[in-house]
Amino acid sequence: MSEGLYSMEAKNYDKTLDLKKVKPYGDTMNDGKVQLSFTLPVPAGPEAIEAAKQLIKKMGFENPLVVFSQELTPGFTFFNCYGSLTHTVDYESIYVPKVDSKVMSMEATDEYIKENIGRPLVVVGASTGTDAHTVGIDAIMNMKGYAGHYGLERYKMIEAHNLGSQVPNEEFLAKAIELKADALLVSQTVTQKDVHIINLTNLIELMDAEGLRDKMIVVCGGPRISHELAKELGYDAGFGTNTYADDVASFVAEEYVKRHNK
Amino acid sequence: MQSKLGLDQKKIEQAKSLARDIAVEVQSFVERYTTVATERTIARALGIDGVDDNMVPLPNVLVDSLKDKGALGHGVMFYIANAMINTGLQPQQIVEKIAKENFDITKDAKETDKEKLMQVVQPVIDATITKIRDRRLRREAYVKEYGEDTQKPYIYVIVATGNIYEDVVQAQAAARQGAEIIAVIRTTGQSLLDYVPYGATTEGFGGTFATQENFRIMRKALDEVGEELHRYIRLCNYCSGLCMPEIAIMGALEGLDVMLNDALYGILFRDINMQRTLVDQYFSRVINGFAGVIINTGEDNYLTTADAIEAAHTVLASDLINEQLALFAGLPEKQMGLGHAFEMDPMHKNGFLLELAQAQMTREIFPDATLKYMPPTKFMTGNIFRGHIQDALFNIVGIWTHQGIQLLGMPTEAIHTPFMSDRFLSIENARYIFNNMHDIGDEVEFKENGIIRNRAKEVLDNSIALLQEMTKDGLFNTLEQGKFGDVKRPKNGGKGLEGVTEKNTNYMNPFIDLMKGRK
Repeated sequence: MSEGLYSMEAKNYDKTLDLKKVKPYGDTMNDGKVQLSFTLPVPAGPEAIEAAKQLIKKMGFENPLVVFSQELTPGFTFFNCYGSLTHTVDYESIYVPKVDSKVMSMEATDEYIKENIGRPLVVVGASTGTDAHTVGIDAIMNMKGYAGHYGLERYKMIEAHNLGSQVPNEEFLAKAIELKADALLVSQTVTQKDVHIINLTNLIELMDAEGLRDKMIVVCGGPRISHELAKELGYDAGFGTNTYADDVASFVAEEYVKRHNK
Repeated sequence: MQSKLGLDQKKIEQAKSLARDIAVEVQSFVERYTTVATERTIARALGIDGVDDNMVPLPNVLVDSLKDKGALGHGVMFYIANAMINTGLQPQQIVEKIAKENFDITKDAKETDKEKLMQVVQPVIDATITKIRDRRLRREAYVKEYGEDTQKPYIYVIVATGNIYEDVVQAQAAARQGAEIIAVIRTTGQSLLDYVPYGATTEGFGGTFATQENFRIMRKALDEVGEELHRYIRLCNYCSGLCMPEIAIMGALEGLDVMLNDALYGILFRDINMQRTLVDQYFSRVINGFAGVIINTGEDNYLTTADAIEAAHTVLASDLINEQLALFAGLPEKQMGLGHAFEMDPMHKNGFLLELAQAQMTREIFPDATLKYMPPTKFMTGNIFRGHIQDALFNIVGIWTHQGIQLLGMPTEAIHTPFMSDRFLSIENARYIFNNMHDIGDEVEFKENGIIRNRAKEVLDNSIALLQEMTKDGLFNTLEQGKFGDVKRPKNGGKGLEGVTEKNTNYMNPFIDLMKGRK
């Protein structure tokens, strides 16, 4: 073991919590301890360990400690490391816009719709524009769902229509009218040069022109979508990474009830 | 093998015989039909390869031209043999002529004597058969030279960078760490393409395109690293989706060793039409059988939509049907990687005992199969530390119950496609457990009337009940009712139905007879 781990030296930093200057916690307030693991494309050896340490310092750590390293295959070395972070964040100034709905389980959402709406909600989803990827919309809509969260197809009180990928906005809207959609889901997975922004904006403009915007709940999702961005573009909600069918279904159901009980 | 679970051999026989009845109905349907994919496979087996000026694969050019003229029911073999007689050209040249000059292959197809037609195509057929057989012999020679531990599961990992050249780096690294099977995951959506892309590819999403050139590149890379390690490294790809048999023939020609190849997966989870998939699976399995390829079935997926405890019997029922359909295609039991999975909620009390019971049950019901055991995915949460322990429990069941193929779980499941280091940690986990607990299965017996024995009995009984229902309704109706994976699929719904055609009078596919049940 190298320096620091069992060191008895005085820890001469302020050990009181200051929410304006929050840093990671190991076992003592403000010790800044972080564990990291990563691979460098270099052969194992003292130079590799030194390279790892220098990188950790550049990330803003003090006392970088490489506790384990192993060559995974010639020319690639894996490291487990620790360090004390020097950076802090001001927790008190943080504001995160959130989707304003309570997330319910599939069963609870079905029950909620049954009680408050009394018929299945029609939800039409697609990966629109040039986007050829269905992973996002499939994760939300397909029976199988994603990461253990069942998709909308499995909801008893949601009539889910997944139109697939590369659906032009005009076609998407035509289908939505035909199916008497209560809500539209737009997925944008992989985009280049922010084409997803143009495409998302275009859908809202089309809906405005057709007088449809207030008749349907419109939400978008994808790894580059945040709720904040979605609102800015005129959507009712946006769902980014780590959101699942339950988030979307709860929002749609609650938003529908909110609008129709006014 | 002495049953450690006290399973009633008569019940096992009953279950198999019910599954056979279900498969018979499917098989009688299958034999009356062909599909665009099956015909493109025959085209490839006749040496037709390459693309036209618009990057359309030549097998598609040929089959589309027959389909457009309403001639598909007579099949590729009939028209190619006729064209060979009429023009004196080889199949490849004939299709190039279709692509370049709009040559109408159906116009002068007058010879209907099957013997005469066979005479002209025989040399082309023989060349393909020899090539595939040589691939098989080559694998067998490697395995004989290096030897392998058959008492433990093969360590199976995936690579999925999207770039075949980057996949090579990852695959060779995984092999050096101890991987024995490398699967190159396909790019999202390839299963729904009604053609196989051509050439080496460097872009994909969540995976790499399956192309014949990519197969060749990876086979070569694994042979190189295998020679360095004195181990034979198996290559796996995905013989599923709309191009099921085409992928099989390409894999057979390029020396692939393992293929995902389920009779029902595409229907349930990719919404491919059931008639299309059932016809396609037959020829693909005939090819895989002949090529010595281990097929993997996808029952594990049922447990991602349905509950792993409640739906365990559907997995066994589907394994039994997949086994019977594979037997009809002449696939030896040793080459059956029947699938099941470790997918119970980790918070379930005694869940490990139930998993152990089911894995041992599957082992005893299919004693000669190279069972494919799938890792936890549904309850992997992003907590990589707990996930690593879930994978360890899964590995314990794998070595304990002599599974054939252990698809290693990754701590970063549900986060990203594996980093090189994720694979290292998972392989280290499996090797530690496989070595440290190597013979536990032969040492430990299960208590009579205990949780484990009772669970195995219960699952087998429930499977028999389900199979009895299915023999009344037939497989097609069962799928329409949503009995597997809670997914309902209509007989005439889904993708690819337009590619299914009833066989016509001149139809012939000599590869079935040449390959089925043969070496």
